[in-house]
Formats: sequence, structure tokens, C-alpha cells
Amino acid sequence: MRLALRELRRRPGRFVVAASILTLIALLLMFLGGLLDGLIGSSTAAYRAQPGDLIVYSASSRESLVRSRITAETRAAVEATAGVEAIGGLGSLQVGARLGEDPGSRELVGTVLFGYELAPRGLPAEPPPTGEVVADSSLRSEGVSVGDTVLLGPQRSPLRVTGFVDDTRYSGQVSLWGSLDTWRAVTAANRPGQSPGDTVQALVVRTDGAPAAVAAAIDAGSGSTATLTLAAATEALPGVAQQRSTFNQIIGVTALVALVVVALFFALITVERTALYGILKAVGASGATLFAGVVTQALVVTGLAATIGVAGSLALDAVLPAGAIPFEVTPSRLITSVVLMLVAAIAGCAFSLRRVLRVEPASAIGTAG
Amino acid sequence: MSSSPALRMEGVRKTYQVADEEIVALDRADLVVGGDEIVALIGPSGSGKTTLCSIAGGLLTASQGTVVVGGNDISDYTSRQLTDFRRTSVGFVFQSVNLVPFLTARENLLVVSELVGRGGRRRRKDAVARTAELLDELGLADRADNLPAQLSGGQRQRVAIGRALMNGPDLVLFDEPTSALDSQLGDQVVKLIRDEMKDRGTAAIIVTHDDRITHYADRTVRIEDGRISA
Repeated sequence: MRLALRELRRRPGRFVVAASILTLIALLLMFLGGLLDGLIGSSTAAYRAQPGDLIVYSASSRESLVRSRITAETRAAVEATAGVEAIGGLGSLQVGARLGEDPGSRELVGTVLFGYELAPRGLPAEPPPTGEVVADSSLRSEGVSVGDTVLLGPQRSPLRVTGFVDDTRYSGQVSLWGSLDTWRAVTAANRPGQSPGDTVQALVVRTDGAPAAVAAAIDAGSGSTATLTLAAATEALPGVAQQRSTFNQIIGVTALVALVVVALFFALITVERTALYGILKAVGASGATLFAGVVTQALVVTGLAATIGVAGSLALDAVLPAGAIPFEVTPSRLITSVVLMLVAAIAGCAFSLRRVLRVEPASAIGTAG
Repeated sequence: MSSSPALRMEGVRKTYQVADEEIVALDRADLVVGGDEIVALIGPSGSGKTTLCSIAGGLLTASQGTVVVGGNDISDYTSRQLTDFRRTSVGFVFQSVNLVPFLTARENLLVVSELVGRGGRRRRKDAVARTAELLDELGLADRADNLPAQLSGGQRQRVAIGRALMNGPDLVLFDEPTSALDSQLGDQVVKLIRDEMKDRGTAAIIVTHDDRITHYADRTVRIEDGRISA
């Protein structure tokens, strides 16, 4: 071990190439992870901000908020279910918003207008009065400030922004939070065929029992609902699972590349050291000790690369203007990436194990004769 | 000075299987090396001297026969036991690339005790003290912090001798110690080997082509076609 560390210190030059490649891989890995978290975050933040344990959709909606309709009767049935502590309607409308008060403006921003009853994290318990909304803070970077009006949809329904809330984006778009009445009015005006009447799209339910059991009881009692836990509903949002699996595959391949780099580099170094290993074995070092040295070096080199990767993604996070790209740095993502790199390093070393163990101590002495 | 033999080999045979053919590298070899005896082992290349040396040092196991080093019968040792045996009971000085290039002279002497890493602080302290003593005796005290590349050929060979003596071995095996040196330096090194071995009462086998060495040895053993002829 000490021998391996001394070699790293005294001959850093021979590890520079491997360390540089691994650093680039670490940066890529953490950048991809940050991008995934950012994308998922901006797709699902509106759900993650919900104050309940369960989301109730209509049974025929196939777990889609847009397709779901909950009538007043269904709502009453859900409310009567044992274990339901609080309930709130939720409605959404994806629509373009014109910033400023010029109806002819071509400057459109994709928004989602939510009507709520149970206040999501960061929003006032009592929804804003009709015609007013609290906007996701990412709308600030579009130049909107408190008191400004945005015009929604083809009918240019005016909504006054009375405040901002952090981290509530939905489907990669800016969310606007108002009352159910606001939502109903804007929907009725801009989607004449789809006026919600007295329905809502979904119910947010806070339970005082085990959520899974309450969910089953709600579906059994109402007969016309599909109830999901908040986590499951979040995962079922359009594109979330696909984004996650695509990115995870790319991340997996990247980790595999790290493994191959470590494997090739240390296989080469081990071949180079065959004579030295023969001598060290001849004077009493065991194969296991020598291999431990290889693993130590791989871990140090990879650890260094991963550290630079962590520093790099933190720097990137600090430098990127908010909302420029969906990039989010979380400690758990950084830790996962570092662990992934280190595991790849150890697995990569395994390819050199046989070679190290196979060096004959007798090879140190003369030529067989 | 010890009176019991450092090495006793009886009826040692070593064969290799190459394709379908059995190659006999060593055949019915008997050899006894006294406790402080220096034996020069000479013979043409391919004669079996390296094989004999490897078996005596526990680098190879004999196909048949008995090998006793410093009172330990190593004939049936497992490879793990042989690793321990090499570390504690024999010393090696190899022909060529035999020092760790990125370690100083001092660290090259300590390398074995560090590689094992057992025994804690006390053992490490003992090893450090022994290193200083050996470097001093070998005239390398002022070279202790030099890397092998900064040492002359003779100095490097002395470091290798120091490393071989670190564990207080019963037997030291030299594999062509002068082959890489010019004749004057070779002479110095052989003299040094003799002095160091005699001072310590340690037995040595020196494998060589070099006739000068035989003058410094107590006895010369010839080997040809895998057979020893006294």
C-alpha cells in the first residue's frame, strides 16, 4: 500500500493520462446526473410540492391529469372514505401566456395554470382571488415582476401576478397558481368545448392512515377512481420514466467507459511491472499485497478525478444563470456518481488480478537453466 | 558461526513438462552448504544452476527429494509457506533490474517489511534501525536518500546486498552478481560479498560464470546437464 502511494507521489507523470480521462468521465457523469435531476425536477416540481399523500384520478384517465375528471359525487364519496383527513381539488390548463398587456404580443411563454384548494408548499393557504395568480419564480427571468399582468391563451385572459413561489415547474413549463374558480374561468374561455363545469381534474388527499390502504379504500368506495401515491403519480407524469431510463442508460454506459479505462490502464501498468512483481514476490511479498497496491492506486486516481468532477459540477451550477438549462446539483447525485466511479475503478482492477497473481517469483532469477 | 548446515539438499530432482516431453532440469542433486560457507556454483547456461538456486531459495519446489534450509524442511511447503519462508529465512541478490526504481536506497531495504505491513510500530522501528546499520556497514550512509538512478552500478549492487541481509537470513543466494559490472567493480563487489558473509557467519551460494569469484569462495561446485559434480 505504502509502495503504491509512493509510486503515485514520485511518478505522478505516468498516471496523468488516466487521471485526465477519468476526470472528463467524472465531469460527464455528474453533468448528466445534474441534467437528469434538473429535467425531472422541472417536470415534476408541481407534484412534489403537493401537500398530500395521494392523488385521485378518474378511473378512465389512465393516470393522466389532462384526461381525468372528478365529479362532485365522486368527490363526496372520496371525502367520506375512512382515513381521508383532508381533500382538495386540482385543475390544470397548459396554455401559452403573453407577457405584458399587449394582446398582439408574439412573445409567448409556455405556462400551466393550476387551480388548487389544498395549498402546495410555499403557496398561500387561501388561493388568490379570481383573476390573480402566484407564479413560479422562473417567470422572473422572463422579466415579469409582482403586479404585472400576463394574458393567457387565445382569449388573452388577463391574470395579475401577485407573488412568486420557488420550484413548482410542471412539464418543463412555468406554473401559475390560482383558485379553482380562476382555473375554471380561464379554461371555459379558452377551451370552449372542455369547460370543466363543477368538476376538477384530480383530488389531492392527505391521509391519517397508511396511504396505500387508504388509496385502496378510496377506489373501492367510489368505484370510479384510480388513486396513486404522490410518488407513483409523480413517476407516472408524461416523459418522466422515459427521461429517467434514457439518462440512466447513458450514465450506465459512461460508468462502463470509466471501468474500461481503469481496466486498460492498469492492465498496461501491470504488464510493465511484471519483472518488478517477480522480484517483490521473490523477496516475500504476496500476490494479494501487490494487488491491493493496484487497487489503491486505481482508487486514488479515480477518487481524485471524481473530486475534480464534483468541484466542476458545483462550479457549473454556480455559473449557470438560473433557468438557462435544467441543471440541478444535489448531494445525493454527487455521492452516487463518486461511488459509481469508485466501484468502476475496483471492477476495472479486477481484470489485472489474474496477471498479478500469476507472476512467478522464480521469474526474478536468471533464465530457467 | 553456526555449525549446522545452512542448506541440505538430498536427491533433488526437478522436471518440467514441455509439450509431451519431460525436461529434466536437475537430477539427483545432493548438496550441503555449511553454516558460514560460501559456495560458488558454476556451469554453462542451461546446466541447472538457476534451478538449483531457485529450489534452495524456495522460489520453486522440487519434484522429488529433500530440501532443508536453516533446519527447516521446505520440501513440502505450500506456496504461502514458501512466501513467508523467503521473507524470513533467505536473502536474494538478483542479476539485473532488482531495485524498486522509485524508492530511495533506504526505502529499498525497508520494502519487504513495509509490503508485509504486519507487526506494528515496534517492528517498523527495528527495521528502520537495521536499515541504518546495514547502509552504514555497506558504506552507503550518505547515499541513503538517493534513488537507484542516482547510484553507481556498484552502489546499487550494495543496496541489493543490504536488502538481502535485512531479514538476517540463514542463506543468501547471489544470481550472477557481477555480470553487469566491469571487472574492477566486479572484484570489489565479490570482496564485499565475502567480507559481509564472513562477518555475519552467513552462508551463501553464488551462481556465476565469472572465474574470479571462485577464488573468493570456500568451495566451487560444478553443475552440468542438471547433475552436480564436485
